Amino acid sequence: MGFSVVRRYLPYLRPYWRLVAISGGSGLASLVAATLIPLVIKAVIDGPVTHRRPGELWPFLALLLGLAAAEFGLTFARRHTSGLASFAMEADMRNEFYAHLQGLQVSFHDNWQSGQLLSRCVADINTIRRYIGFGLVFMIVMVCTFLVVLAMLVRLDPLLALVTGIAAVPVVWLGHRFHREYRSIARRVQDQQGDVTTVIEESATGVRIIKAFGRGSDMLRRFEKEARALRELNLESVRVRAGLWTLLVYIPNLNLAAILLLGGYGVIQGQLTIGGLVAFISYLFMLNGPMDALGWILSMGEEARTASDRLEEVLRTQSDIVSRPGALRLEESSGRIRFEGVGFRYPGSEEWILRHVDLDLVPGETLAIVGRTGSGKTTLASLVPRLYDVSEGRITLDGHDLRELTLSSLRAQIGMAFEDPILFSASVRENLLMGRPEAGEEQIRRALAIAQAGFVDDLPWGLETRVGEQGYSLSGGQRQRLALARAVLGSPRVLVLDDPLSSVDVHTEALIEKALASVLRGVTALLVVHRPSTLALADRVALIEDGRVSALGTHHQLLEEVPLYRALLAQQAEEVAS
Amino acid sequence: MSAVRVDSWRGVAGEDMEAVSSNLAGVFRARVRRLLGQLVRPYRRPILGAAALILLKTAATLAIPYLVGLAIDQGVRPGRTGDLNRLLALVVVLGCVMSVAAVANRAFLRLSGRIGQDILLDLRLRLFDHLQALSLSFYERYTSGRIIARLTSDIDALQELLATGLSSVVTAVLSVVAIALILLRLDLRLGLATLVAFPLIVVLTQWFRGQSALSYRAVRTAIALVIVHYTESLAGIRAVQAFRRESRNQEIFVDVVGRYRDANVWSNTLGATFGPGIYLLGRLTTAAVLVYGALLVVQGNLTLGILTAFILYLRQFFEPMQDLSQFYTVFQSASAALEKVSGVLDEEPQVPEPARPLAIERAAGAVELEAVTFGYRDTPVLKDVSLSIPAGQVLALVGETGAGKSTLARLVARFYDPVQGRILLDGTDLRELSSRELRRSVVMVTQESFLFSGTVGENIAFGRPDATRDEVEAAARAVGAATFISSLPQGYDTDVRRRGVRLSSGQRQLVAFARAFLADPRVLILDEATSSLDLPTERLVQRALRSLLRRRTALIIAHRLSTVEIADRVLVIDHGRIVEDGTPAALVSGRGRYHALHAAWLESLA
Repeated sequence: MGFSVVRRYLPYLRPYWRLVAISGGSGLASLVAATLIPLVIKAVIDGPVTHRRPGELWPFLALLLGLAAAEFGLTFARRHTSGLASFAMEADMRNEFYAHLQGLQVSFHDNWQSGQLLSRCVADINTIRRYIGFGLVFMIVMVCTFLVVLAMLVRLDPLLALVTGIAAVPVVWLGHRFHREYRSIARRVQDQQGDVTTVIEESATGVRIIKAFGRGSDMLRRFEKEARALRELNLESVRVRAGLWTLLVYIPNLNLAAILLLGGYGVIQGQLTIGGLVAFISYLFMLNGPMDALGWILSMGEEARTASDRLEEVLRTQSDIVSRPGALRLEESSGRIRFEGVGFRYPGSEEWILRHVDLDLVPGETLAIVGRTGSGKTTLASLVPRLYDVSEGRITLDGHDLRELTLSSLRAQIGMAFEDPILFSASVRENLLMGRPEAGEEQIRRALAIAQAGFVDDLPWGLETRVGEQGYSLSGGQRQRLALARAVLGSPRVLVLDDPLSSVDVHTEALIEKALASVLRGVTALLVVHRPSTLALADRVALIEDGRVSALGTHHQLLEEVPLYRALLAQQAEEVAS
Repeated sequence: MSAVRVDSWRGVAGEDMEAVSSNLAGVFRARVRRLLGQLVRPYRRPILGAAALILLKTAATLAIPYLVGLAIDQGVRPGRTGDLNRLLALVVVLGCVMSVAAVANRAFLRLSGRIGQDILLDLRLRLFDHLQALSLSFYERYTSGRIIARLTSDIDALQELLATGLSSVVTAVLSVVAIALILLRLDLRLGLATLVAFPLIVVLTQWFRGQSALSYRAVRTAIALVIVHYTESLAGIRAVQAFRRESRNQEIFVDVVGRYRDANVWSNTLGATFGPGIYLLGRLTTAAVLVYGALLVVQGNLTLGILTAFILYLRQFFEPMQDLSQFYTVFQSASAALEKVSGVLDEEPQVPEPARPLAIERAAGAVELEAVTFGYRDTPVLKDVSLSIPAGQVLALVGETGAGKSTLARLVARFYDPVQGRILLDGTDLRELSSRELRRSVVMVTQESFLFSGTVGENIAFGRPDATRDEVEAAARAVGAATFISSLPQGYDTDVRRRGVRLSSGQRQLVAFARAFLADPRVLILDEATSSLDLPTERLVQRALRSLLRRRTALIIAHRLSTVEIADRVLVIDHGRIVEDGTPAALVSGRGRYHALHAAWLESLA
């Protein structure tokens, strides 16, 4: 009946127990006020009206108005406080879910469809809040009503109560069957909702490709397929619900008819008074409302339960990449990085992306990584800030295994630029200061100068201009230069630059390289390189082939000694010459 | 921008999309009503059917207490065994009525559920379809997060209205009308006295309507902000983690989630005032009737019995009013969502389909720009550019980043329309071609290498969905993507989101290339399409390009001049103007910018 959801999520309500208590208290008090009002009316009719004394009317009237006002105030208080509590709980759950997602390692995000995660964060948490906020209250009210009514029935007539009890058996059985059946449907509906969200998300983020190929109608067809599947599943859930809701009213109704027949027979036989029968039946009528609501709450409870399962699947996943207990806080690194027998494969995969990688970067050295498309260069670079963890071997910084360092102190040592320059919808300043909020104006200027990002001053609001998806559109090269400025900002000890100049024009590239050369003198750098030009910056080059370092040396050494290296880098000039 | 705003981190952008001045409220309301009307219209008959079913169910349900009363009055008298048959007959009738109620209820639930799902499906498809027609500039302005919010949580908000709306309205209206009639018949004077409450109900409802429209609008805006921040920050999770932005992101998320919570609390508080407020008016009416009635009784103008009955019914009168107020709250919430949705639906495509498209049999591929001027918002990007590209020519565009190369390319692909001037394909204005025709002839490959969920093969087939497997594989082979694809766990059937599969950006670019190759367009536009490839692979692609580009028109943007070498002609673009135009050889031997660029590039290779 969804009690597990209650158990699981009640802790979220705990910080708001005062509000919950006020809500419950004012709810009860408003019930009392509501019950008193008919009594006052009765008193008016029995008293002043019956005795024709209009003068006595006014105190009753004042009482009536007072009770009505109290009822209003108390109902308002109940709904207002329960809203405060349940919406606050919803916000807490969402914040926790988001924090958890941010903490999960990159490989988790690689493997999950983002639409499935989004639908959990928005729709599923909504479902749980609705159940905790409304359903739960109803559930409690209902259980209380059932118990009270049951007690009254037994007191009035044990035999008829027994008949009613027998009628309850199919109801319980129905609830049980519904629980099994609806649970799987609710789950499928929610999963399908996630699939629909995925198509929506892809059609929004992949819009340029869809437009370039004029595939709008194909996307629509794909969306229609998913949306229709969602409709079918929803209709299935409607069918199951309709059956349950109807039977939940029909069975008690049939019981009522049976009671009427048996009770009527009893009255005729003189074993029961008419008054007793009427009272019994009016109590049964009292169950109508709750039985009506029961179906609704049962379905809501199942939905909340599967929604919470879906959340739990994510929350249960613990990040493998965390600071170990007792991890070392690295204050100032010298920048010595060693790869010792490093192997990597994606979790759940048999295939090694990197194997037996041994590299030693002395402080201040710049090592270029060269290899074919898909040879594992980017993966190698991602291992340094621990976006992924090695599957075997280890990487050390200043002799410490990266996994022995606190994550934030490790990442604080590293400036990184990705092949895809990721900018967020925030001011240029905010984008640059990511991770180094303490950097001053001067450092920002210096970083912009190195990355040849002077165009920032030509933007409408300079450094305060919002960029990213919701802001000013920048060209690919401009975005890449900002990403580079971000990486070098605040002079990190280690730089990891993954093909950071691929979209920059040749002229600017030359300027950046000149400026970078002075920066690289003092830091240890790992440079993923596709182009010969950038190689001038590197002290040594490692050639990656099938996930292994197949050659290591200076650019000129490799050029002379390694045919593959020549093929990768040198031939271009020959081709131009020919 | 005087004082420092709390959210100054967001930076300054032109305008805020969601800012709404309140004097537009009337316009919005009309727009929502229109949309709702359009959505409901196709289902008028089923809705009437559902209404009939719920009427039947309500009537049968109301008959139950009546029949029970009848049975007790007429069939149950102590010691009268003769009544037993009568009792039995009435119980049988009762059972039948109950069965009718059950059957009608089940049929109603299923029918109304179906109508609701159909309307939701219609709206989803209509919105999605409309979004496909909107131009790129809309997407850039509106952002993907908001689009997702419109298509997901806004439509969910409508679902609640459709799920509960019909039954509660019909039942409530029915009860209110029936009881109002009973009240007026019981005693006309008291009945009229009850009407006194109505102006107050109208005033309260008006107040609620105005306030709740604002609050629910705030809810929709806030959830869109949540989704926008969520999708954007998690799409860039690598950068987030590498730059330790988690705590800042969390701050921002907590802030937007807090706004969503506050907007919800606001709406809830309004509802918590409105619903009980209606009830309070009911209580006040009861008190007024009681006093008035009491005076009438004292004067001998009314019997006590009628007063009692009247007051009992009065209570039943305000019970369904409460349901109606509940419904109105849900309706307001759905309206706010529909308001946002209708805003998107009312957005005119900036790059509209021609009303009467002209057909080209098989485009030759000649492209012509006539005095084209274009800018984003207020920033001019291209100024009066005229250019003629004969069919089959391979044209390279070079110039500094931000010079306007990509913009020119996007105009030729008709992602935008020029502000002034026109662009012709084989002498036909692009604006007169159907998008089907245009996209078959002109295809653009960008450096953005987005993969859709699905297999590698499906991603290639995106270029031409009716392609056979052989054609897909041939395309992959032609651009040199076959080698890496065959090394994937399931080859072409490898799911790109599968555990342990992550294509590098170079591999993604190859897939994008294969896609374009398969599409087989007359005009191919490559915008930095090879920037992430290693040199041998790039050479492979170029070799493929040479054969691919034979008899095709091509526009190539590349910073690597190696790519430019295959061009017949080079344009140097600077600040939105063409500054040099000629064959690569001629420009290299000249003394212009291209000469300088080429020299710098050669130097970079050394």
